[in-house]
Amino acid sequence: MITSQERTGGKELLPGRPMNPGGMIGLLIVGCVLLLSLLAPWISPHDPELQDINRRLQPPTWPDHPLGTDGLGRDILSRILHGARISSGISLSAAVLSGVVGVSLGLFAGYFGGIPDSLLSRIADIQQAVPFMVLAIGVAAVAGAGLLNLVLVLSVTTWVNYFRVVRAEVLAAREEQYVWAARAVGCSSVRIIFRHILPNVVASIIVVATLLIANMMIFEASLSFLGLGVPPGTPTWGRLVSDGREYVTSAWWISFFPGMAIFITVMGINLIGDWLRESLDPRSS
Amino acid sequence: MLSYVLQRLCHGLLVLWGVSVIVFLLMHLSGDPATVLLPLDTPPEEVEAFRHKMGLDRPLPIQYLLFVSRMVRGDFGYSYHYRTDALEIVLQRLPATLRLAAAALSFSLILALPAGAIAALKKDSFLDVAVRVLVLIGQAVPGFWLALMLMMLFSVRLRWLPVSGYTGWRSLILPAVTAGSFSMASIARLLRSGLLEVLGKDYILTARAKGLSSAQVLTRHALKNAAIPAVSMIAIQTGWLLGGSVIAEVIFAYPGLGYLAVNSIGYRDLPVIQCFVTVMAAMVVVVNLVVDLVYAWLDPRIRLYQNDH
Repeated sequence: MITSQERTGGKELLPGRPMNPGGMIGLLIVGCVLLLSLLAPWISPHDPELQDINRRLQPPTWPDHPLGTDGLGRDILSRILHGARISSGISLSAAVLSGVVGVSLGLFAGYFGGIPDSLLSRIADIQQAVPFMVLAIGVAAVAGAGLLNLVLVLSVTTWVNYFRVVRAEVLAAREEQYVWAARAVGCSSVRIIFRHILPNVVASIIVVATLLIANMMIFEASLSFLGLGVPPGTPTWGRLVSDGREYVTSAWWISFFPGMAIFITVMGINLIGDWLRESLDPRSS
Repeated sequence: MLSYVLQRLCHGLLVLWGVSVIVFLLMHLSGDPATVLLPLDTPPEEVEAFRHKMGLDRPLPIQYLLFVSRMVRGDFGYSYHYRTDALEIVLQRLPATLRLAAAALSFSLILALPAGAIAALKKDSFLDVAVRVLVLIGQAVPGFWLALMLMMLFSVRLRWLPVSGYTGWRSLILPAVTAGSFSMASIARLLRSGLLEVLGKDYILTARAKGLSSAQVLTRHALKNAAIPAVSMIAIQTGWLLGGSVIAEVIFAYPGLGYLAVNSIGYRDLPVIQCFVTVMAAMVVVVNLVVDLVYAWLDPRIRLYQNDH
């Protein structure tokens, strides 16, 4: 029996290479973060919105407020746990949205070439000339802050990453024998693109997506920190760090712990991304 | 070479044209630009008069042509908050941002170049592992959080550096570290992997075999070849550096473009924002152009066989 891998001559995602320690740590970190954010409502020691004026600006104290309280007396650990859901939700949905756009355009441009390809490639060049932060400021100025705007800005500024990788891979795959064979037996272009080429590009797409999600977390947090991302009062990690800005001189823990959460999570995702990339392309280690 | 230069120049102009479309569309993103440009409580007849005066009641393509013809003459409109020409304010702040970006780039290069080279030469040594861990940290640390932590430590606790504003070169240090940390990690990582690839090539073996020292192999043969991906990386880093400097400027109240732009959002000062987006994009385009030319100079294959681009 012929598996689809053999039929399309594809490479496996992880061709029998042992897991490296970095990837292991990364999976562990990301797994913990996902688990904690899913369980947030049950394991949070306090209600994340509960304000207690008598307990404001408490330094970390075990077991009541392990990470301290903020300027309104809210428990920081509970807010970080709940914020994890929003922060990872935004990054994931933006990565998926920009992936759908970037991958489809990349498949289309790479396979058909010609004028659509040059046109899309020039649009990608133009897009990359406007730095993410700059475009985000422009959009925030006109359209205002909001969850949907945030996801849209993140997707609009990152689809190019998928587009370039997928386009380059399709350009190469187009001349492979299995594509010629598929064409010879009369497969339609759509069938060739989705049944034969796409499975071979999936591995690269996963690597791009992983590394992008890490960047998205930082982007989202930066925008929310500047007040250009989520609406006020939404406890994303970026917002939580910015809550501590006015207490920089007195209460370090308000900004420190949410920032550590971002740092550790992003590092975990990057470790996974590096591991995937190395297993796909041994030269890049 | 001349045709290559011309081709890159045309490409740069094309990208700038695209940016003008983006900036124009930005204004129409909210539906009616008049509602964004005017204060909220403007009476309807004044809104109507304003729309007519600004040409906002004409078809979009005509509006775009008017917009571009004004933009080419450097007319981005009138800043409502600062009560003067928008371009003038932006250009006033530009040198401060350039200074910060230059400082951030120098900071990242000064650390990244030796770190990347040592890590590649002493692969798998203690130093290499240290550099790799640093790269991992540098790429994961959020700039704004790093800025706050640095401020707490060096400005508030130790009182070595100023907290905010601009009072001489000491004010540049913390913003530059904030804006440059990500680039530092990326450049070090790229240089390391670029060098590792080059060091495995046959001509390096030949150079070693004929008795050159490690330093000679590195400076005469390896670095120039490994520099190619690193130089192209600098083009990508420009966007990161400019973006990172926006955040650093806001946190340290550093009087540059980013600080101006983020404040202008609060004032709904759209002409300043449009001018800011255009100037930032123009800088990226210029850097890309320069990098393309340096690239071609480093690698003759690019200027001779450019057709595949």
